[in-house]
Amino acid sequence: MTRRESLQTIALLASFVVAGYAAVRLLAGNPIGIGAWFASSAIIHDLVLFPLYAGLDAVLVLLLRRHPTWATVGGVAWLNHLRVPAAVSGLLLLVWSPLILRLPTAFHAASGLSAQPLLPRWLAVTAVLFGLSLATLLARIATKRR
Amino acid sequence: MLGRWAHWTAGHSPPGPFRARFWRSPLRGPWFTAVLSVVLLPGITLMFLTGLASYAAYDPNLAPVNDTTPDKGLLGSWLPAWPAGPWWLYWVTQGVHVILGLVLIPVVLAKLWSVLPKLFEWPPARSVAHLLDRASLLLLVGGAVFELVTGVMNIQYYYAWPFVFYQAHYYGAWVFIAAFVVHVAFRLGRMVSALRSRSLIRELRTPLSATRAEPPDPDRLVSPDPAAPTISRRGALGMVALSSLALLMLSVGQTIGGRARSTALLAPRGQDLGTGPNDFQVNKTAAMAGIVPVDDSWRLQLHGTVSRSLSRAKLLALPQHTARLPIACVEGWSTGIQTWTGVRLTDLADLAGAAPGDRLLVESLQRGGFSAATLSPGQVRTPDALLALQVNGADLSLDHGFPARIVVPALPGVHNTKWVTRLTFSAG
Ligand code: HEM
Repeated sequence: MTRRESLQTIALLASFVVAGYAAVRLLAGNPIGIGAWFASSAIIHDLVLFPLYAGLDAVLVLLLRRHPTWATVGGVAWLNHLRVPAAVSGLLLLVWSPLILRLPTAFHAASGLSAQPLLPRWLAVTAVLFGLSLATLLARIATKRR
Repeated sequence: MLGRWAHWTAGHSPPGPFRARFWRSPLRGPWFTAVLSVVLLPGITLMFLTGLASYAAYDPNLAPVNDTTPDKGLLGSWLPAWPAGPWWLYWVTQGVHVILGLVLIPVVLAKLWSVLPKLFEWPPARSVAHLLDRASLLLLVGGAVFELVTGVMNIQYYYAWPFVFYQAHYYGAWVFIAAFVVHVAFRLGRMVSALRSRSLIRELRTPLSATRAEPPDPDRLVSPDPAAPTISRRGALGMVALSSLALLMLSVGQTIGGRARSTALLAPRGQDLGTGPNDFQVNKTAAMAGIVPVDDSWRLQLHGTVSRSLSRAKLLALPQHTARLPIACVEGWSTGIQTWTGVRLTDLADLAGAAPGDRLLVESLQRGGFSAATLSPGQVRTPDALLALQVNGADLSLDHGFPARIVVPALPGVHNTKWVTRLTFSAG
């Protein structure tokens, strides 16, 4: 073992002691339930979210590679004008999905508010994002023509 | 032993993502990962500190009723008492905790994307140190995502989990931070050298047509067989930044309150309620707290060295004090600044014959969580700490705590107890 590796081993073991001390308390209430939530958290991006977004994106990229003429309008590549608003809108949905999909029944009872406006608001934000992206695409096409 | 096994398995990697050639994005590389890491370093540090503040603000070590995680042991028994000011303290710490947490979500996801091939690294362990490091990554990634998910669900009242939020979020943070400290300590050097390997300015000027993969690196983040790029490095970083910006702009208004609230289009507390004196955000409605309309028979039970029973009319006849304060919720939103009028807690303490060092147990008519809280001597004696009877010149509405509620500077929302029935001063 190199000096760095020994140091790293000691530091890691020390961190496991702290994490273990916390984990005993974390798991106390419901070891299986909390353990499952924690383990799912560790893999949800890599094994669920990533295959989803990367898969969709790969299909699109592959399609444009097969048909290069589809990839541009007015001489400008439009792929990222689709990707960027889709990513931002998708992320907003991911974060605010409980209220947008009106899943939490406790929300109205606690706050006196309705979750009803959130879906139309998210749709409106999405429309604005795609609209702005389209406008910049048109502006780029226009400058290219000039 | 491990070395020989590693040597044998190295030549026998399973197909697919376990082969380095599976990963073809030309953007992955040490510089790209380092840019995301240098944002996460101060960001996560601030999240942890404001998270600790969030817990300390309940003053858990003052009295058991204040403590949501009484078995914490070394993980917080040393936290200092929470001060009664400056008035904006909790507004800022909790607002930062929640809004920054939202803003960091795209950065964490991008970071996980940038290091994804390492999950499938083959052989899975080269040495004991490497094996421990990978076990630690499970706590790091699991902890980071667990904290983000529980936090995001909690602010939307989506309690769809089989555990108690406070325990899960507090102890989960400690599991995460233990792994985080070691992760950072042994990668700081690599982050700095990777940042130095390319100029940020030049990178921001590099269009798609000039985007090339980074040179091969010892950590093997760079693809050995990079595909032609479909987005520039600045484009990808810009996408992350834009996502963070969108989360910020569409939620921070619920923290600031006032006119800004209507910009918080997607946040739970982004709806304006009107212009009346009681038209501001309610944490828990009277209906949910099981409160039935209170009539003239209500009396405030006041206990100290003497005991008194005071009607609302008697309280209104005592000297009235007005304070302009926001109530900030643990969920990151606030009521904005409101004008509260009522009796100073310090006057009530004197009326009960309390000593200057006495603490105050506040009890509510409400049922369920947070029906009682203990205030420290410092909070009781701060001039703007009130038993409020009115807000913005009108009587409190039932939802805002009629007939009387606590309002104390820098105190978490849920400790500004509504529907107060009893105040007990004691040495503790
Ligand atoms: C939410 C916080 C963070 C998470 C979830 C996270 C996660 C990860 C993961 C999973 C890896 C791959 C490691 C491997 O398999 O070997 C990694 C690599 C890396 N991290 Fe982090 N990280 C975080 C914050 C940071 C911070 C603040 C720094 C600042 C020093 C940092 C610096 C690095 C570096 C330089 C690498 C590349 C070297 C390597 O692959 O070991 N990370 N990170």
